Amino acid sequence: MEGLRRHKSMFLLPGLLTLALIIIFPLLFTIRVSFSGWNVSSPQMDFIGGANYATMLDDSRFWASIMRLALLAGGTVLIQYVIGFGMALLVWREARGRRLWRVLFLVPMMTTPVVMAAIWQMIFHESLGPVNDLLGMLGLTKVPWLTESGPALVALMTVEVWQWTPFMFLLLLAGLLSLPKEPFMAAAIDGADAWRTFRKVTFPLMAPVSVAAIIIRLIEASKLSDSVYVLTSGGPGSSTETPGYYLYIQGLRDQQTGYSGAMSLTYLVLMIVTLTIVAALLARAFKLKGDS
Amino acid sequence: MRNSSYKGVVAAAAVVALTATACTGQNPVENKPDKPGLFKPGSQISYSKYGPDYPATKVKDVPGPCSYESISRKDYSGQTLKIISHAVPVIGEPTKLHARQFEEITGAKVQVINVPFGELHQKILTPLQAGQSAYDVMFYPSLWVGDMAPHLAPVPKKYLDTPAMKDVTKAYMDVATWDGKVVQYPVDGDRHYLKVRTDVLEDPKRQSAYKAATGKELRTPRTWAEYQEVAAFFSGKEVDDDEKPNFGSAEVTKRDDLTFSAFISRAAPYAKHPDVKGGLFFDVETMKPLINTPGFVRALEDMVKAKSTWAPGGANFGLGDEIFSFGGGQSLMSYSWDDAFIQAQSPDSRIRNKVLAAPLPGSDEVYNRTTKAWDKKRNQVPYFTWGWTSAVAKAAPNQDMAFDYLCFFSNEANTALDLTIGRFGVNPYRNAHFDAAFWEKQGWDKDVAESYVRTLSGMEKSPNRVFDLRVPGVNGYMSALANGVAAALADEKAPQRALDDVAREWNKITEQIGKDKVRSAYRNVVALEDNS
Repeated sequence: MEGLRRHKSMFLLPGLLTLALIIIFPLLFTIRVSFSGWNVSSPQMDFIGGANYATMLDDSRFWASIMRLALLAGGTVLIQYVIGFGMALLVWREARGRRLWRVLFLVPMMTTPVVMAAIWQMIFHESLGPVNDLLGMLGLTKVPWLTESGPALVALMTVEVWQWTPFMFLLLLAGLLSLPKEPFMAAAIDGADAWRTFRKVTFPLMAPVSVAAIIIRLIEASKLSDSVYVLTSGGPGSSTETPGYYLYIQGLRDQQTGYSGAMSLTYLVLMIVTLTIVAALLARAFKLKGDS
Repeated sequence: MRNSSYKGVVAAAAVVALTATACTGQNPVENKPDKPGLFKPGSQISYSKYGPDYPATKVKDVPGPCSYESISRKDYSGQTLKIISHAVPVIGEPTKLHARQFEEITGAKVQVINVPFGELHQKILTPLQAGQSAYDVMFYPSLWVGDMAPHLAPVPKKYLDTPAMKDVTKAYMDVATWDGKVVQYPVDGDRHYLKVRTDVLEDPKRQSAYKAATGKELRTPRTWAEYQEVAAFFSGKEVDDDEKPNFGSAEVTKRDDLTFSAFISRAAPYAKHPDVKGGLFFDVETMKPLINTPGFVRALEDMVKAKSTWAPGGANFGLGDEIFSFGGGQSLMSYSWDDAFIQAQSPDSRIRNKVLAAPLPGSDEVYNRTTKAWDKKRNQVPYFTWGWTSAVAKAAPNQDMAFDYLCFFSNEANTALDLTIGRFGVNPYRNAHFDAAFWEKQGWDKDVAESYVRTLSGMEKSPNRVFDLRVPGVNGYMSALANGVAAALADEKAPQRALDDVAREWNKITEQIGKDKVRSAYRNVVALEDNS
């Protein structure tokens, strides 16, 4: 029996070693790096205490990027949830050609983000892009999509919503397909109309899936950087810079390794804390709605 | 002790990050006797056999140690050369092409890794810092020399004595030199200069209209103020019968896409006083940043004003956009590297031979930081803006093969062909390249060819010139500068405040790297600028 247990442990060993190699070692290494002055010209693992963290507290560009991310992630995930839920409801029941729609809805998600962002860059191109052509045909003024702060944020959000709404759709459709039939039959017998059925049955039953889908998407959205890189490079000025892109500039391009280590860890902790709180609040909100 | 354990940790990290390359074992170095040459002296050389993307142009192999004839006598069979270069096509494509040729004629195996610009610095420097010989030959922007120099093998005398190397212009030999040693192998010569559309600026009807509207002569701008006036006058007007509006100026303005170079071009004549020595970017004695002094601020104010003359999207133009906008005929003027001019002069261009090269615009007054006053005087300052270079790693196991590759890469025949392929990013860097007849043979009109050659060679003669900030951590300095410029262009900050913030960032970077270390490197730059 003891031997069997040892054998079982041996089976776990490769997985545990891999885990240590790809998660625990880099994390510990980053913690150590964040207390060093390692930079492009001085690759020394010296110990400089909390100097990098003190610099970070004074780095308005970093904090502005976090606030911007909160807006971008919160805004886009909310829109994705609403549209994704609507699309899932459309093809949930007996819609004509629903299998085709289901596949079509998933196409954006299957596109490589950088390629997709490059295509969107052309779409939003101010003199060659079809969006401004369309606005021109409608008699509207052309919009500087990628060169003014407000429109650039809208462009970025549009791309995010376009690409990731299918993911939300997929999760919510799976949730809808797994719902029990009995509550809907009871609602039909009671004579509830479609809206009332949605409000009182579908939506509450979907609460656990909804919370999971929103949290998964928020985690994904917190890494937003590839579309920023391609679409705007964080500009104009630094008005579309996200923490992921700023970390890329500091850590990989300018090779401020120690400093970017400090920012990465702070960012990680902030994300864990924020997403935990958001998950708890969402669970509570959906539960309350379900009870009402 | 701590340093050696640190190196071990960094080496481990580099191994994880660079698995394929860093883990590859080194080749055993073998010095084999020469074999019979595959080419006769003076053979005709052409790239046409490599596909339809290459022109059928033929040139003669120029006898010498780097020629096809000489290199094909070398036997590097069984040995591997590892090269890192920029992404295709700019410098990455000629790297690959010449690697293939080198393989064919020497029997060596050549591995080329092409990396996007944003990752190139890190991909080269990290293994070097960790003591890994991940690559034997490296292609990179020459302004990184402050970071790279400690890891580079000096170019041996036998290569410095080749006729091709002796013909490299003084400015580009200076660019290749660090602390008195040639550590970078010259393969390109980059400068910023002005490009204009002559079909518009030399059209008598438009000249009259301009005179009537402004009271001034329409001509190729000689100052940034004139540049702005001309650009503003034509912006939004349709001037070349393609039913699309044209715009005054195309500039590189995208923050992380070489905007710092565009800004330096604009600032040079306001900030580089011919009589004030001792540093343009810093006061070399105190290492106080000068980036927020009035000359630079004036240039940034100019750049902000120029926004009205840019094509739609012009506030987010990368280098590719600038090339397309001027080279494609949308914008009437631009200033940066050769690419837009070569694009305009490509055989299928609708503005071929309707363009002219000229020195960068200057100024009518220049700030004197010693007297803290603006001096009324004409000032024109050429800007030798980085340019691609190449080097061999100190740790490369077979340095002869590595230098032979670079010597072959830049031999006279290859360079002559490379210069004619705009996308390669190889621009004149030898005295022989300043020959208008060569460009006329490519189909350029005489006056276009002469303007090009005159502009480029004229920069070599100038006693008052600007080079890039070639110090350790240069990317950090330029990143901070680009951020400040972008903030002003986006109206997030006033020019003075934006540059004050840049100066603050520069101080932090200098403190972090070490004032003495930066100053020691910066003295090399000051010597180039002051021609001392």
